[in-house]
Amino acid sequence: MKITLQVWRQADKSSAGNFESYTLDSVSEHMSFLEMLDVLNEELSVQGKEPVAFEHDCREGICGSCGFVINGRPHGPNPKTTVCQLHMRSFKDGDQLVLEPFRAAAFPVIKDLVVDRSALDRIIQHGGYVSVNTGNPQDANALLVSKDDSDKAMDAAACIGCGACVAACPNASGSLFTSAKISHLALLPQGQPERERRVVAMLEQHDAEGFGPCSQHGECEVACPKGIKLTNIARMNGDYLWAQLLGSPRVGGSADGG
Amino acid sequence: MDISSKAPNDVDIRVSWETHKFRMKLVNPANRRKYHVIVVGTGLAGASAAATLGEHGYNVSAFCFQDSPRRAHSIAAQGGINAAKNYQNDGDSVWRLFYDTVKGGDFRAREANVYRLAEVSVNIIDQATAQGVPFAREYGGTLANRSFGGAQVSRTFYARGQTGQQLLLGAYSALERQVQAGKVKMYARTEMLDLVVDNGRAVGIVVRNLETGAVTTHAADAVVLATGGYGNVFYLSTNAKGSNVTATWRAHRRGAAFGNPCFTQIHPTCIPVAGSYQSKLTLMSESLRNDGRVWVPKKAEDCGKRPDQVAEADRDYYLERKYPSFGNLCPRDIASRAAKQVCDDGRGVGPKVDGASRGVYLDFADAIKRLGKNTVEERYGNLFEMYERITGEDPYAVPMRMYPAVHYAMGGLWVDYNLQGTIPGLFVIGEANFSDHGANRLGASALMQGLADGYFVLPFTLPNYLAGVKAGVVDGKSAAFQAAEIEAKARIEKLLAVKGKRTVDSFHRELGTLMWEKCGMARTREGLTELLGEIPRIRAEFWENVTVTGSEGGLNQALERAGRVADYLEFAETMALDALTREESCGGHFREEYQDEGEAKRDDANFCHASAWEFTGVGQKPVLHKEPLEFKNVHLATRNYK
Repeated sequence: MKITLQVWRQADKSSAGNFESYTLDSVSEHMSFLEMLDVLNEELSVQGKEPVAFEHDCREGICGSCGFVINGRPHGPNPKTTVCQLHMRSFKDGDQLVLEPFRAAAFPVIKDLVVDRSALDRIIQHGGYVSVNTGNPQDANALLVSKDDSDKAMDAAACIGCGACVAACPNASGSLFTSAKISHLALLPQGQPERERRVVAMLEQHDAEGFGPCSQHGECEVACPKGIKLTNIARMNGDYLWAQLLGSPRVGGSADGG
Repeated sequence: MDISSKAPNDVDIRVSWETHKFRMKLVNPANRRKYHVIVVGTGLAGASAAATLGEHGYNVSAFCFQDSPRRAHSIAAQGGINAAKNYQNDGDSVWRLFYDTVKGGDFRAREANVYRLAEVSVNIIDQATAQGVPFAREYGGTLANRSFGGAQVSRTFYARGQTGQQLLLGAYSALERQVQAGKVKMYARTEMLDLVVDNGRAVGIVVRNLETGAVTTHAADAVVLATGGYGNVFYLSTNAKGSNVTATWRAHRRGAAFGNPCFTQIHPTCIPVAGSYQSKLTLMSESLRNDGRVWVPKKAEDCGKRPDQVAEADRDYYLERKYPSFGNLCPRDIASRAAKQVCDDGRGVGPKVDGASRGVYLDFADAIKRLGKNTVEERYGNLFEMYERITGEDPYAVPMRMYPAVHYAMGGLWVDYNLQGTIPGLFVIGEANFSDHGANRLGASALMQGLADGYFVLPFTLPNYLAGVKAGVVDGKSAAFQAAEIEAKARIEKLLAVKGKRTVDSFHRELGTLMWEKCGMARTREGLTELLGEIPRIRAEFWENVTVTGSEGGLNQALERAGRVADYLEFAETMALDALTREESCGGHFREEYQDEGEAKRDDANFCHASAWEFTGVGQKPVLHKEPLEFKNVHLATRNYK
C-alpha cells in the first residue's frame, strides 16, 4: 500500500524544525511501523540523505525507548500498543500520517523524533526505590503479601517509562509516570517505611523538571501503552496530602546511600 | 596467556565459594572511596554491580548507550528467574540446580562457577523481594513458581511475562539511589569505543557521547564490562537492535581472550520471519511450553490445511514422541533442533517466506479445555496479546506459529573464577562473559547469572583485585589514553570517509544471513570453511563501499550502527573459526558430522575444554588456548531427556 508521511525534521536541540514529506509506494501490511521507517531510511541513505532519527531498541514493546506522535496520538492509533508493536495493517492504502516527537517542555528535542527524557530518571532518583542495600535480607517468603496487593503493585510497576503520558497531556504533566512508581511501592509492605518521604520528594522533583500539574483530563491513561490507570494519580495525591498533614518529611539533600 | 581458572579446587565444591571469599583480600571502608571503578552496561549485571559497589563506598562511573539505564535489554526477558529455594518442596536443592545447569550446558561449563551460581541464586530472590520486585504470589501470600525447560522441579520465579523488566527496574532503582547518593555517576547515551590498557592493566575506556558526538576517555582503577551478548551477529535475533559486540570485541583486540564464541543459543519459540524487511525477531517465553503443545502435521500434504482441519491422528507431537519424560519442556537446543528437522522434512507450517514454510504449531487448545480460558489468560495473557499484535492472529482460537531464533550468547570474554578476564583489572559479568552456561543455557538462568555476578560475586572479587593495586595512580593523560582516543577518532573519520554505495544495514543483513545459514542451528566443515572465505570479502567490501550519512558531531544513528557492524565483521570470523575447530556437537553447537541420529555427540576425549582465543590481528588466525574442564561432581554422561 501507499503511505505518505509528514515527518518532523530537526537537526539538533537548538535548531528550528520543519515537516518533510515522504511517500512510500509499496508498504506491506505485515511490516511493523518502525520497519516501514527502516525502509524509508534505507532509501534516504542510498540517496545520500540523512535518515530520520527515531529511538527504538527492543522492538518488543517493553524497553520504552520508542515513541513519537502519529496523527496527534502518542504511539499511534491502537490502544495499549507501543509504536514498535504497531503494524501497518492498522492503516490503509493512501493514508497520510504526520509524525512528530513527544512535545513537552521537560522533553527537549534532540533530533527529529528523538527527545531527551532524562527528567524521568531524575524523578526516580528522588525516591523511586526501597532503600535497601545488597546483602542478606530475610527469606523472601518471610514476608507475606496478599495476591491482590501484589497484582495491583504489578499493574503499576508495568510502566515502561516511555513518556507517552506526558506527550498526551495538555499540561505535559508527568503525573501518570510518577504515580505508577509511587503506587507500585505504596501497595507493598516493602514500600511503607519511606512512603511519605517518597511521595513528597518525587513530586517536588516532578515539578522542578518543568512537568505541568495534573488536571484529570485522562488523556494519559488513553495513550499509555501499558494500561497504567488514573487511579494511581488519585493514590499519589492522597499520599501527598497525607504526608503534608503529617508534616512534610525532610526531603532533598542526599539520600542515605548506606 | 594465563587461563588458569583460579577456582578453589582444593576444597569440597560445597564450601568452595565460602573458602574463596575468606581467602580474598578486602578493602577497608575508609579506603574504598579512594578507588574509582568503571562499569559499562546497565542491564541486570551492570546495574546490580554498579549499585552494590556504590553502596560499598566505591566511586563508580556507569555507562550505557541507551537514553536511560532502565532500557538495557535485560528488560525484555519474559519467563522468569531460577532459584534453588525449594519452596514447592518438590525435591529441589542447590545441588540439583547445579547438576541441572552443568548437564543442561552439556558439560562445557566450569563446575565451581556453576555451583556458586546455584548457591547464590537463593539470595537473589530475597534481595529482589526486599527491593519491592512484585513477583507472582499465591493467595496465601507466598511466592509462586513455575516450571521451565531442562528441569523437573518448579524453581522459576516470575512477574507475569515481564520478569526481566521487574528485576531490571529493581536493579535500576538501586542504581538511581546511588546516583542520588553521589556514589555513581551515570553516563547515558554514551557508547564505549575502546578499552585502554596501560602497563598491562585495564585502566580506562574511550567513549563517544551519542548526543554530541564528543569522543573522550575515562580513567579508573578497574573496568567492568557488562555489555551483553553478540546475538546480533546474525542480524536477525531476539536481541534489541542496539545490542552489540563492540565493547567485548574491542577489549579482545586489546588482549582479552574470547571464550567459546561458537556457543550461541537458538531459542525454540519465536515468531517466524514474515518478510525481507524483517528487522528483528520476537521471542515468546519458554513458559508457554508449560501448557502449549508443539506439533506439525505427520504428512507434508497436510501442511497447507488450516490447523483445525488436521485430525488429531494426523498430528505429530514430535517433542512428546521423541522425549516422553521431558516432552514439550526439553531444553532449548534440543527443541530448536527438532523444529528445524521437521521443517527440513517439509512439514513446516505457515506462509512461505523465500519458498519454504518455516514454522511449527504451539497449541493451547488442550490447555484451554483443561484449565479454562481464564486461567490460560492469567498465565500468558500478555504474551498472547503480543503475539496477536505482531501476527494479527488470535492464539486463543488458532495455534501459535513458532520457529527458532538466535537468542543468547553463552560465549563471551573468557573470565576466571573471579570474573576477571586475561587483562588484569578487566572484569566481565553477565552475558558478556563466557559464563556459567557451557554449551547451552537453561531457561530462566540468564537473569540468575546476571544478578548473581552483579550483586553477589563481583562485589567480593573486584575488591580482591583493588586491594592489590594502589588507588588513584592511573594517569588519564598517559600515552596509552591519548593513543586510544586518537585511534577511535580516526576510525570514525574513516567510516565517514568511505562514502560508498551500500548502506550499513545491507552489510549487516548479508553477514547475518550467511552466519545463520552456515553457523546457525546446524554447522558443517564445508559450510564453515566457505563462511571463513566469505567474511573477509564482505569486510573488505564494507570498508570500500559503505555509505555512512551525516557527520561525527551530534546524534548520528547510522554512524553508531556502522561502528558496530564493522566489529561484527571481525568477530564473525573468530566465531566461525571456533565452530570449525570444535569438532564435536555439544549443546547449541551442532556439527552435522558429529551426531547420533540427530542428537548431539560430544567428544569428551578431545574437546572437554573451554576455548579461549587470543587476538593476533584482523584477518589473522587467533591463537587458541584450552582451559581443561574437570567434572568431579557431576560425572560426564550423555544428556538424555528421553
